[in-house]
Amino acid sequence: MNTITTPNLENQQQALVDQLRDILPEEALLWEAEDTIPYECDGLSAYRQRPLAVALPQTEEQVIQILKICYAMRVPVVPRGAGTGLSGGAMPIVDGLVLSLAKLKKIMAINPIARTATVQPGVRNLAISEAVAKHGLYYAPDPSSQIACTIGGNVSENSGGVHCLKYGLTIHNVLRIRAILITGEVVEFGGLAPDSPGLDLFSVLIGSEGMLAVVTEVTVKLVPKPALAKVIMASFDDIQKGGNAVADIIAAGIIPAGLEMMDQPATIAVESFVHAGYDLNAATILLCESDGTPEEVGEEIERMSAVLQKSGATRLQVSETEAERLTFWSGRKNAFPAAGRVSPDYYCMDGTIPRRKIAELLTRIKAMEAKYQLGCMNVFHAGDGNMHPLILFNGADHNEWLRAEAFGSDILETCVELGGTITGEHGVGIEKINSMCVQFGENERNLFWAIKESFDPFKLLNPNKAIPTLNRCADYGAMRISNGVLAHPELERF
Amino acid sequence: MSLAPLDPILADFRTQILEAAKNGRTINIQGGNTKQWYGDHPQGEVLSTTPYQGIIDYQPAELVITAKAGTPMRVIEEVLAQASQTFPFEPPHFGANATIGGVVAAGLSGPGRGQSGALKDFVLGVKLMDGRGDVVSFGGQVMKNVAGYDVSRLIPGSMGTLGLLLEVSIKVLPISAKTQTLCFGMDQASAITQMNTWASLPLPLSASHWLGQTQGTLMLRLAGANAAVNSATQKLLEQYTGEVVEATLAKEFWQSVKEHTHPYFQIPADQSLWRFAVNPLSPPLPLPGATCLEWLGGLRWYVGALEMAQARAIAQQFGGHVTHFRGKKVAGTSVFTSLMDNPLTAPLALVQERLRKGFDPHGIFKTNRMP
Repeated sequence: MNTITTPNLENQQQALVDQLRDILPEEALLWEAEDTIPYECDGLSAYRQRPLAVALPQTEEQVIQILKICYAMRVPVVPRGAGTGLSGGAMPIVDGLVLSLAKLKKIMAINPIARTATVQPGVRNLAISEAVAKHGLYYAPDPSSQIACTIGGNVSENSGGVHCLKYGLTIHNVLRIRAILITGEVVEFGGLAPDSPGLDLFSVLIGSEGMLAVVTEVTVKLVPKPALAKVIMASFDDIQKGGNAVADIIAAGIIPAGLEMMDQPATIAVESFVHAGYDLNAATILLCESDGTPEEVGEEIERMSAVLQKSGATRLQVSETEAERLTFWSGRKNAFPAAGRVSPDYYCMDGTIPRRKIAELLTRIKAMEAKYQLGCMNVFHAGDGNMHPLILFNGADHNEWLRAEAFGSDILETCVELGGTITGEHGVGIEKINSMCVQFGENERNLFWAIKESFDPFKLLNPNKAIPTLNRCADYGAMRISNGVLAHPELERF
Repeated sequence: MSLAPLDPILADFRTQILEAAKNGRTINIQGGNTKQWYGDHPQGEVLSTTPYQGIIDYQPAELVITAKAGTPMRVIEEVLAQASQTFPFEPPHFGANATIGGVVAAGLSGPGRGQSGALKDFVLGVKLMDGRGDVVSFGGQVMKNVAGYDVSRLIPGSMGTLGLLLEVSIKVLPISAKTQTLCFGMDQASAITQMNTWASLPLPLSASHWLGQTQGTLMLRLAGANAAVNSATQKLLEQYTGEVVEATLAKEFWQSVKEHTHPYFQIPADQSLWRFAVNPLSPPLPLPGATCLEWLGGLRWYVGALEMAQARAIAQQFGGHVTHFRGKKVAGTSVFTSLMDNPLTAPLALVQERLRKGFDPHGIFKTNRMP
């Protein structure tokens, strides 16, 4: 844990707090150590840093004033939602301000005919669906953290979930974003109209990890709640067969509402936790969901069952009731806490690969378990090829953490090698910044910087995240070659 | 600059770009030359992408196709159809020689956009040659990818002003098991409300179109599983007076809407076609004569004499923007709405200018095709 010790930082803190006090009520500004400690990390707790201060504005006008002050003082700003992110995107910066949007949590408008809801960034993902349920509508993207994560954070990370194969990611379900530039100027991206003039800056803003602008209002698209959903739970005695079944379903012209996979270590871990009746003998289990009208679901479940059978499923169970459907899903949804029960700590990865490479990646992860002497369980969005290996380790043993980190990087780089990407939905943040050097060359990274500087010329918004500098990549390249530990890890290489 | 040996065609492209940079000229990128009329009058030497063509990768189970920019659309759509797959956003070709690169650069979508999403929603990855002649790749072939900024989706609709699109990966979907079109007589205001009310119910809508003056005809396309289309048809025809359109006629109708071969779009040379993109629930726009609605009312076509300023004011009033889509261009006036027209987008004009400069420091792609 870092503490503010240098006189220079103390002065900076004092100067910033003095300015912010003029525009924020007392309870909306934190700078004492005991108050800012809860903000020193997000969902990736291995990376921690205390900020100069934390601001908790309650109005857009306060956000504007805060940004104007920080811009004038050249103080870095790290926007933060609920802090559930898994890549350290909201990790504070030692000489920066954390700008929490959590108190901007009003649902501004719901229009059931237009199927839209306009909400402030601090509104929780699930709260939107709850608020519009009475109209037979819901907000489709459903990241695992949906009970806690905010829509502002979802926009910044372009969050997915288990249903994005059919319903899309955040980018496909957001229509309009109101945001504040680092200069304090209010701007809008997208809109209710189907398209907008100029270059598509809306798409660049979504998933930009808080580096381009601060979101203050989001209009989301709502979709009609399907009349019925049913899920098939299919067992396979071989990972290869399970992986192929995923491709077979898609090749048959079916887009399931959800298509998720769990390997045996994961099934065993969750079964003792949720008692859902999972097939513990199966090498892998596939959950394949259909939703829509009862007629549609009936037809699709029949087609899916036929494909799965043909792909070599050893056991098929179709949920007969909504309660049973939720039970089948409970294991998948509780995989992370279940991992927490079988191991003191776990490290969740997030690579995406082409579907046809699923079995190959799983086989290579198995070999890595031996190499790094750590266990790994796999639960993932098979339909999207979005893998979530959970590396099990004991954080009390620093050496184990270092091995877990190396194991994780190895998985991500294998994803790139197999034609995929280092992050499907969790973002780069601080966690995968080195892996960005593997996925992108210098020319691409330079253009990323050009985009960043187009919005934020002084690089004040969430700096040092997501896009690595040339120096950092040069160091990382050297480190990978020597397979050693970075020399002088205390030096900044962002 | 990449050290790997460059494909000879790409090497030639690079030479043209570097030459243009040296001589302070601009490059007007052209695919099948089917959409030169679209946008502001472009300046610069023509660079044809057609030598660079071919499908690079297509495996139906991956739901993505990767092709070189100069590949003809008809080749791509034929290959997709063989695997019973399609681009659900139904991009218009506007001519037999349209290329995938041109379609992406124009960024236009057809009837399916109302329900399935726009072209940009389906673009997963791009390979470009930037204004320095460097080849850069963004995104990829996978559905979920949040590594770095989403440059892939910045390219659709950028009209060749950011760089030379070389290759593109686009998501595809299976063709629905069943498609059926229903037709209802309805006035414009009711049609707008009705389409959106239907869209808020779990019905398998796939496209909507209304044409008329005050009274008109609403065409509604359903697509999905057999059972879903059948039950929706039954429900809708029980509740509303309408009929099923014969399948071949329906197919031809949607094709004519997509390609603007429908009689509504056959305009005399001295007339103009205006494209209003507005809040779908806007009331009928205050314009005399016949109009045509798509995308649940979000897209409104209008044939008639309008001043650009007048058209922009109407578009802004209804939460959107306007394009002078076809017709005689007025010198000194862009056919597009500018970011500067709206105080909430004006600060983004500077962002856009800086961004273009990042991709194209010498202004090679600054063809004035779009503001």
